[in-house]
Amino acid sequence: MKKILVYLEPLENKLKRVSYELITAARQISEKTSATVSGIAFNGTKEALETAKEFGLQHTYLIDAPLFASYSASLFSKAIAELIRSKEFDLILFPAHTYGFELAGRVSANLDAAYVSDCIALDISNGDLIVKKPVYAGKSHITAKLNGNIKICSLRPNVFTATSSPVAEIQIEKFEPNVSEADRKECVVNVMKNEGKLDVLEADIVVSGGRGIKGPEYYHLIESLAALLGGAVGSSRAVVDAGWRPHSEQVGQTGKTVSPTLYVACGISGAIQHLAGMSSSKYILAINKDKDAPIFKVADYGIVGDLFNVIPKLIEEIKKYKE
Amino acid sequence: MNILVGISRVPDTATKIIIGADGKSIDEKGVKFIINPYDEFALEEGLRLKEKYGGTVVTITVGPEASKEVIRSALAMGADRAVLIKTEGFFDSFFAAKNIANYAKQFNPEIIFFGRQSVDFDSLMVPAMVAEFLGLPSITIVSKLTIDGTKVVAERDVVGGKEIVETTLPCVISAQKGLNEPRYPKLPDILKAKNKPIEEITPEQLEPKVEILGMEIPLRARKNKIVGDSDQEIAEIVKLLHEDAKVI
Repeated sequence: MKKILVYLEPLENKLKRVSYELITAARQISEKTSATVSGIAFNGTKEALETAKEFGLQHTYLIDAPLFASYSASLFSKAIAELIRSKEFDLILFPAHTYGFELAGRVSANLDAAYVSDCIALDISNGDLIVKKPVYAGKSHITAKLNGNIKICSLRPNVFTATSSPVAEIQIEKFEPNVSEADRKECVVNVMKNEGKLDVLEADIVVSGGRGIKGPEYYHLIESLAALLGGAVGSSRAVVDAGWRPHSEQVGQTGKTVSPTLYVACGISGAIQHLAGMSSSKYILAINKDKDAPIFKVADYGIVGDLFNVIPKLIEEIKKYKE
Repeated sequence: MNILVGISRVPDTATKIIIGADGKSIDEKGVKFIINPYDEFALEEGLRLKEKYGGTVVTITVGPEASKEVIRSALAMGADRAVLIKTEGFFDSFFAAKNIANYAKQFNPEIIFFGRQSVDFDSLMVPAMVAEFLGLPSITIVSKLTIDGTKVVAERDVVGGKEIVETTLPCVISAQKGLNEPRYPKLPDILKAKNKPIEEITPEQLEPKVEILGMEIPLRARKNKIVGDSDQEIAEIVKLLHEDAKVI
């Protein structure tokens, strides 16, 4: 490993949190291999890129042209592949989310490079890059080795902790890839943000409801608790399949896999598919009236009781700390 | 319209994973294998396109001989024929994508559907890789799709919301849950599927890019402090969340 490239995502005057996590992971690999680390960003402000100094990034490429104002998997990946080829990067880190999965997949096919997605740990052992990745929705983990000259990993958000290691300066270098409008094979024509709603994938705290909530009209209980904790609202598959809640909230094997600091499961019994999607959470609080529910086996804290009684009391107690 | 649909064989989502004797894969004894759930949405979408525009739906699978059982289920749903790129043991996504792309070059599909991910290795890699190998546009994790002539409009999930993406045929689409309601095959369809052809193809052999060194069941020690629902007990849990977990 000589040169590491990290995909950075500017968001207003900062970078997305996962970008800082990627920088930290790259820095840790560079400490073991003395590889250099650079970033690559499309259309970020100077102010946004400067925030990477806090995490030790000293150099980044910036592709800054109107052509890149909106995302396209084929266009962006072509530009990144050209940068990797011309500057001879040998390890590239992407975030494991919709865009990152597409870009990493395309770049690996383009460069004939080894790629492992959704990694939760990276290490160097005898000069080899060894990664850990959840499989079967996290029911097991594999350890794998990447072969070949160029290696690509996408890293699961919220797993690698961004740690501060400030440097005085970051050099921002413009890169002009040899691409044109013809390389944009897909066009994003509209973006609908879930306004004011935190995504379960991004949240530090997730409060989920299951069948125990009895009906969509009672979901305000889940929402109030989530709002009080500053967390996102999640749902079990049963609740989504019943049409009570949107699929974007589903946590579990055919939904999203989350690893927040705190996961609160309300009225969720803990089917194996659900456990797979949340068992890497740092702390788990379960509320269920069945003391034998499987969810309690994976919980740090559990309250056996009817959620219609427990949640209001919980809210009252938590408010005491919030005040 | 030529429609290609990727189908993979995965353990039922209810499977309890036990590590096999080699320490690198799962013990398949007693494991029920099914069509990857996301692939059912992919296939259903392909079948609906055929019903609307006419054409041929071909499924493609990379995997062992035993994959034929799930391929038969795909044929029973209504695919015209199937291709099996036969390989035993572990293969990486690059191998799968390269071999699917090789077949697509002969078949020339107008559209290629995959599930958003296979629920075994959960890699979300193959759709974008196949698109890149073929020089095609791709839209992944699609929950709504409209095709009009060669114009493709898709709604897809991104972190924090949705976006509308446009492209043109030919293209690669990966299906998210909710794209449609997959059909259940009826008995006559199941019988008919028995006579549909499954073409076996020998894969192009590639140096493995990824080697599995080991597999483990993650163990996380939990505090397991379970209490009743009295005011006092709930207060105690909140105190622990504050002092111990430091999340409040």
